[in-house]
Amino acid sequence: MKYTQGQFIITEKTAIARQIYSFTIACPEVAAAAGAGQFVHIRAKGFTLRRPISICGIDKEKGTLRIVFEIRGEGTEAIAELNKGDLIDMLAPLGHGFTIDPGFRKVALIGGGIGNPPMLPLAEAYGSKAIVISGFRNSSAVILQEDFRRTGAETILCTDDGSAGIHGFVTQPLKELAEKGEIGAVYACGPMPMLKNIAAICKEKGIYCEISLEERMACGIGACLGCACKTKRNDEEYFAHVCKDGPVFNAEEVLW
Amino acid sequence: MADLSVKVCGVDFKNPIIPASGVFGYGREYEELFPLNKLGGIATKGTTLHLRTGNLAPRIAETPSGMLNSVGLQNPGIDHFIDTELPYLLTKDLVVLANIAGSTPDECAEVAAKLEDTDVHMIELNISCPNVKQGGAAFGTSCDMAAEVTRRVRAVTKKPLVVKLSPNVTSITDIAKSVESAGADAVSLINTLLGMRIDINTGRPVLRNNVGGMSGPAVFPIAVRMVWQVANAVNIPVIGMGGVSSGRDAIELMMAGASAVQVGAAIFTDPYAPVRIAEEMNEFLDSKGIASVKDIIGTVKPW
Repeated sequence: MKYTQGQFIITEKTAIARQIYSFTIACPEVAAAAGAGQFVHIRAKGFTLRRPISICGIDKEKGTLRIVFEIRGEGTEAIAELNKGDLIDMLAPLGHGFTIDPGFRKVALIGGGIGNPPMLPLAEAYGSKAIVISGFRNSSAVILQEDFRRTGAETILCTDDGSAGIHGFVTQPLKELAEKGEIGAVYACGPMPMLKNIAAICKEKGIYCEISLEERMACGIGACLGCACKTKRNDEEYFAHVCKDGPVFNAEEVLW
Repeated sequence: MADLSVKVCGVDFKNPIIPASGVFGYGREYEELFPLNKLGGIATKGTTLHLRTGNLAPRIAETPSGMLNSVGLQNPGIDHFIDTELPYLLTKDLVVLANIAGSTPDECAEVAAKLEDTDVHMIELNISCPNVKQGGAAFGTSCDMAAEVTRRVRAVTKKPLVVKLSPNVTSITDIAKSVESAGADAVSLINTLLGMRIDINTGRPVLRNNVGGMSGPAVFPIAVRMVWQVANAVNIPVIGMGGVSSGRDAIELMMAGASAVQVGAAIFTDPYAPVRIAEEMNEFLDSKGIASVKDIIGTVKPW
């Protein structure tokens, strides 16, 4: 547990797809403490609740974080109105991130839509050991493919309508890889039905699987108990909290 | 530097600011950001006899200038509080108000009785939680039930007893008078207002519990009105809360009659809110040449 709250300068802002923005933020202390799978809790001007956004890049040398987020409502819209040079108010870094184990020979990193950004720090960590499977609605929603390739990871692109890459869901290439027995671990973030299917495939094949969940949050640090997620601990049902116990959970702990 | 200290039911607070129950857990998560001794006190997460798992998610929704919650009193139970959380808080040089709840008057009394042999400073009896099916607000919306549960808890505790009132009633002054006559040493108000949001794309309520408690700046004027009315109706101290997000708000609530002020949803927007609010109160008092915050309690001059 090591987080701070403060205002930090946005050093870069890019629109990378329709309604999707990338911010680079100068925040050396936060970057130094941050790990893959954690998130930042951003104040949206005029709103009571902060908005949790996953971390897409950590540059400890430059002291910067990168976030990539989609405008989902008025809160994220207000955040998207910030510009390069503006201050962004963050409580960060928060949450329990991914476990990175150099012992895995091959890992699959699976992102659905705006679930792709948290996969990038994992791709940086695993490099050529990683196969990134990214799924999007259509070609205009595709993001981060170049960034993934730059890490040395193999990339597989899927779209729901076939307008780019494989026509179909991310679970298809996962099944094929799992059949070959090459994958030691799966990390995933995206819509709940996708995560549920991935968890089921991993369970069947005996593959270690971590998933990153999303929930409406208030405090972001485990105090208010707003972001409940039903899990199993020591064979007992337990309402874990996405902000503190997660956002990353061992898929076997989650009760769908 | 104005004197921010206040006394409520004989208990000294170094400043009048108290994070409200439910937003602040048992304080541990916020100590990462600032030392807890900067707070006047803490109202701990509502605690029941046994562990409660709470409601299904989503439990949180944004509203214009506020929010809804339907956590449903998730808590680890009073024994865990006494064994683990209370000893930690008692080392922090602040007033600890143990917020307790139960689904029957007996359960409330049993929880309070367990606290009698501890060093907790005050008990805040929650008769107003809108998010549980039994007890909670059901106690707080009838004068007879409110008096009954207060009497039962009063009978088992000598600790200063604060009863937390619901605004979801026809006359909050009648409820306040009932709990006063049943032995409450103070009242705190307002708990959240019952609200609802619907996702018009799915036709489903945003909250899985359908309805939840509304808080945040939007409810502040209602809190001011109710604190003022109750302060004029009872002879016990009033702890005010409801949408306070600045030092000016806290001053306003004290002018309405509050002896201390709890801060809730503002902490989600700005985790330093309780500390900032105390500092802003000090600046205001200094700018007006008022030596002590005690001098503004109930000083509103109504038309």
